[in-house]
Amino acid sequence: MHVNSRGRRLAAVAVAVTTATLLAACGSDDGDSGSGDGQITLTVDVFGQFGYDDLYRQYEASHPNVKIVERGTGSNLDEYSPKLTQWLAAGKGAGDIVAIEEGLLVEYKANPGNFVNMLDHGAGDLKSNFMEWKWNQGLTADGKQLIGLGTDVGGMAMCYRKDLFEKAGLPTERDAVSKLWPTWQDYVRVGEQFKAKNTGAAFLDAATNTFNTIVLQYGGAGGGYHYYDTSNNLVVDSNPAVKQAWDTTMDIIDSGLSGKYQAWSDDWVAAFKQAKFATIACPAWMTGVIEGNAGADASGKWDIATVPGNGGNWGGSFLAVPKQSEHQAEAIELAKFLTSPQGQIGAFKAKGPLPSSPQALDDPAITGATSAYFSGAPTGQIFGAGAKSLKPVYMGPKNQAVRTEVENAVRTVELGQRSPTDGWTDAVNNAKKAADK
Amino acid sequence: MATSLDTRTEPGTPVTHRRPGSPGRPRLSRIDMKYSPYLYVAPFFVLFAVFGVYPLVYTLWVSLHEWDLLAQEHPFVGLANYSALLSDSDFWNSVYNTLGIFVLSTVPQLLLALWLANMLNRQLRARTFFRMGVLIPNITSTAAVAIVFGQLFSRDFGLINWVLGFAGVGPIDWNASKLGSWIAISTMVDWRWTGYNALIFLAAMQAIPRDLYESAAIDGARPSRQFWSITVPLLRPTIVFCVIISTIGGLQLFTEPLLFNSGTNAIRGGPLRESQTMTMYMFENAFAPNYNFGYGAAVAWMLFALIVVVAIVNVLIIRRAARSS
Repeated sequence: MHVNSRGRRLAAVAVAVTTATLLAACGSDDGDSGSGDGQITLTVDVFGQFGYDDLYRQYEASHPNVKIVERGTGSNLDEYSPKLTQWLAAGKGAGDIVAIEEGLLVEYKANPGNFVNMLDHGAGDLKSNFMEWKWNQGLTADGKQLIGLGTDVGGMAMCYRKDLFEKAGLPTERDAVSKLWPTWQDYVRVGEQFKAKNTGAAFLDAATNTFNTIVLQYGGAGGGYHYYDTSNNLVVDSNPAVKQAWDTTMDIIDSGLSGKYQAWSDDWVAAFKQAKFATIACPAWMTGVIEGNAGADASGKWDIATVPGNGGNWGGSFLAVPKQSEHQAEAIELAKFLTSPQGQIGAFKAKGPLPSSPQALDDPAITGATSAYFSGAPTGQIFGAGAKSLKPVYMGPKNQAVRTEVENAVRTVELGQRSPTDGWTDAVNNAKKAADK
Repeated sequence: MATSLDTRTEPGTPVTHRRPGSPGRPRLSRIDMKYSPYLYVAPFFVLFAVFGVYPLVYTLWVSLHEWDLLAQEHPFVGLANYSALLSDSDFWNSVYNTLGIFVLSTVPQLLLALWLANMLNRQLRARTFFRMGVLIPNITSTAAVAIVFGQLFSRDFGLINWVLGFAGVGPIDWNASKLGSWIAISTMVDWRWTGYNALIFLAAMQAIPRDLYESAAIDGARPSRQFWSITVPLLRPTIVFCVIISTIGGLQLFTEPLLFNSGTNAIRGGPLRESQTMTMYMFENAFAPNYNFGYGAAVAWMLFALIVVVAIVNVLIIRRAARSS
């Protein structure tokens, strides 16, 4: 027989490649999380901006054996949450501390076995550090396991561009603007005045964001729930709060006030830069987003007024420690530090997430805080005032999937693909379908 | 797998060619002759088993279960996921989109590639430069391509709507119509893959003997006649290859439509799922926001079945077409 030389060479290459691949696969270890001298590395997985950098340095200084690495800074929640779920499902890959957003927390709570029970590590003493509802959100239904410690809450306001308001002949001073819209009906009326002046900009960014604000507000003011009632029944079609929020949003769309920018899309970001809309529903954490999207050029052009209707809460997160962490005790200590009143104040100063700790909210560092970017607006007072009295909204098991369907129906009406009536039918049917999946 | 091993190593089983028991052949050498061919091909099959067969079978296993990604229990449900899938209108919408985008991108792409290859096969100045040039789009990252095209096709800030504006065509919301989003995505795919296919065609064209063209020219065949009567028929195996490769790639389209639909819930592919492909639907169900791994696995198997069917249809059509010409 003869194997020709080309065949031999190919075979040799194939063997070499295979060996290299296998070696590479075996060679990579799990990093430096367990080196011999007692030095450990704690990984913190976040999305968006948590503002923890200075706190890490502080903690590392007082705990010389700990090194902290943050991953996912600036990433979108849509990118982050599937990754987190995969890490948990695989039993490998998650950080020692993971951030969980409140809308998704309920899905992770359904399988509490993935997380360390913080009550076993003395977290129970910290209860008074948090607003009661925030603390309770972190507990499992039976109250026996604490999944996560609260970080921030999403107290609501309305951010607006002063230059566009001036162009439209509207008041620009924040108290006067707040007086323009005690209710959402007033907001629509102001929007119509704005639109009549043809400034070249829309009144608001997208009806979906506004709808979410309204439904959380109405839900909180009603039974304290929106898509699911507190016994986890899907009530999209029977809860008057949802329908009212829908109808109010339809008024906004009807009056042609929306710029129709799909939230979080590239167009949306570009619209910030080019001043293509005048107002945006503004949870505390949104101020950081606006600053990032509109850029330094728009500094001093934005300001913050109260939100139409009554307060409300949108978003806010928790820090949890997955069972797969190799340094559970150390991770819990760090999580306690980051969510302590002082930790929350530090984060607020860095990136603006509003503390969920009443002590922090009363601290002069918060009450006296102003934002130069937002024309010196007293952000601590504006957001803090509503935060302590806000009424939380209960979130059911498939909250995220259901919310997606309802908001998507709003979007189809906004784009003129569906009539308001057909859109509502879609919202109800698709929400049911999503809840069953 | 055993059968394919046998066929693959057929030329390398030389024992039959030798007289049995011929002197001076040590036993070791005979063992070497007999088994080393298997060793040579083993790397491929080992890798294929680990990264190909195992995931395939495991996906099938998952698809037969009610498999919440985070839950500890995964009850067996038989074919329930498949029967739910068959009556799921969103699934069929994704199949329709996938096939639509596939046809809209592949047909012009291969025709254009054939034309490009034919051009590059002539005596040109700076031939190597042009030949390499057509490949450049292929080596840019898909994400970069998708982001740039996403901006070109932006409703309010995009170059394409700006240009169309001069012709009096109002701003088109490319994301919110089926045809618009299909065209935008197909453009991305074609921009990236036309050059690649052109180079493959070019390589095959250069293997066609020159004298065929010379004698055709003497017989008075013009270049276009030469192209259709000599080039295309002799390219048949290459065309089949390109069609199959494009089919596999086209039906698995994911990054382009996902990044084209930026923002919240991009995975839906537009407000009414205008450009949601099958892989996107699989991801939507297996991962965020539904985390129903079993259902997602069922979508994956249906996709596999669809690729097999489309590939067979492709081969049949092309064989017939080439034979008749």
